[in-house]
Amino acid sequence: MGDIPKYLSDAGTRAALLEKLLDHVYLSLVPLVVSIVLAIVLGLLCHRFRPVNAVLVSLSNVVYTIPSLALFALIPAMIGTRVLDPVNVIIALTLYTTALLVRPVAEALAAVPSHITASATAMGFRPWRRFLAVELPLAVPVLAAGVRVGSVSNISLVSVGALIGTGGLGTLFTDGFQQRYLAPIIVGIVLTLVLALVVDLVLVLLRNRLTPWVRAGGKP
Amino acid sequence: MIEFRDVTKRFDDGTTAVNGLDLVVEAGTITVFVGPSGCGKTTSLRMVNRMIDPTSGTVLVDGRDVLGVDPPTLRRGIGYVIQQAGLFPHRTVLDNVATVPLLTGWTRRKARQRAAELLELVGLPAELGRRYPVQLSGGQQQRVGVARALAADPPVLLMDEPFSAVDPVVREGLQDELLRLQAELDKTIVFVTHDIDEAIRIGEKVAVMRTGGFLAQYAPPAELLTRPADDFVASFVGKDRGYRRLSFVDSSGVEVAEVPTIAEGAPVESSSDWRLVVDADKRPQGWVAPDSSSVPGGSLYEVGASIRGALDAALSSPSGLGVAVDAEGRLAGVVTARQVLDVIESRRG
Repeated sequence: MGDIPKYLSDAGTRAALLEKLLDHVYLSLVPLVVSIVLAIVLGLLCHRFRPVNAVLVSLSNVVYTIPSLALFALIPAMIGTRVLDPVNVIIALTLYTTALLVRPVAEALAAVPSHITASATAMGFRPWRRFLAVELPLAVPVLAAGVRVGSVSNISLVSVGALIGTGGLGTLFTDGFQQRYLAPIIVGIVLTLVLALVVDLVLVLLRNRLTPWVRAGGKP
Repeated sequence: MIEFRDVTKRFDDGTTAVNGLDLVVEAGTITVFVGPSGCGKTTSLRMVNRMIDPTSGTVLVDGRDVLGVDPPTLRRGIGYVIQQAGLFPHRTVLDNVATVPLLTGWTRRKARQRAAELLELVGLPAELGRRYPVQLSGGQQQRVGVARALAADPPVLLMDEPFSAVDPVVREGLQDELLRLQAELDKTIVFVTHDIDEAIRIGEKVAVMRTGGFLAQYAPPAELLTRPADDFVASFVGKDRGYRRLSFVDSSGVEVAEVPTIAEGAPVESSSDWRLVVDADKRPQGWVAPDSSSVPGGSLYEVGASIRGALDAALSSPSGLGVAVDAEGRLAGVVTARQVLDVIESRRG
């Protein structure tokens, strides 16, 4: 443990840590944002077309059971990217997070009470506008819960990518193990935890900003 | 004016919800569609704003076939109030009311200004505008639903069992409110309910529908009660229709008599008569029995109001004397049930 101040005292190490941290943020959050968009589109398809729902729910269960390391290694073979390309990790995590989010999004859309959608239609909303203005906002609390799980899961899974050579805080673990040096491992764990907590906090603040009506519940 | 011309609606599962409906809803009236579940009343209503399209026949709004109008455009010109109000939980009350003006392209500022006017019109305090629907009572939510339907000032208002989810006392208040609004706004209102009492209370004309989508009778409420078209209508309007019909007979022929009174708080002397307690403004406060005990009063009726109220006042009074009051609630006199019945009898001829 006494090694940590010494480890951190080096300016070059600190610069490298910052770079790894930013890589980690990039590798975990890009898939999160992309999968939110994908999950909304797919969730809408599930909600509107029953057969799509059955297929996508089974498919997302299957995707989630593929081990991450295997998926990181398989993607280059399937789409022809280089083995070390970070895009492999981004695609793999996008698949996982989308698989995680599709079902709750579809369920949240289905849970919007029919008298509310009927009244929106009767007010003269066109279908797309109704979706964006009424159904989607009402699905946000459920979507947000899924996104929080997805963000934590992504932040932890990005570390696994270090095993196939992509960047991020995971390289601190692989380097530390190789050099039998504990300091980078501990710093890596702490930074991963702090990152997960900070991202979660941001997500909670964002959710609260988007859903003031949820906390208005009850009589004033 | 809304016109149904030989309108039939068959659903994919083979059920016929509406069967050859021919009916004209006059402009500026409240017309009620009433009937048991499965009679096609809601389906008929929803064919007006194309939430449902007919299998055959034509629905005309102001002489125009609704099938020729793009549904969202059509709907923005027709107010709609649904059971449980159907307010958007994620929008403030003010923004809920501003919905249709915003859809039709008003600026947010102007739409909210209009919404605030409507909250006032339906009798809600302005500060409720900032709240979310979940923070309102059921009755308040229904008022917001009505305000929202009226926001773009549509000539036609469709109301689908709007008051059935609130308790009877609140419901009666909402019905009175609707009648008051209608006197002011003069909309063409189609109101769907399964409650015949509600239909009779608010409808200028009532369409009684029968399971299978048939129109059983279309008439003013008093006529439904006096001359039901068939056994179905007779049983649907209920056993005590003879009594309820009295709601449509005015009590002006009933002469009120004087009654001994006691000022509220004054000492009670023994007497063989029932005496009415009145406050300083001569408002009835209850009775004093011959044995000098105080007894709460029965119902009151306003002179000239329906004779049903006069009869009920007499029947519910502990003294057997129904108390009549003037428009300010001051004692006008008393009547007996016998007197009221005599007037009813004399009107039969």
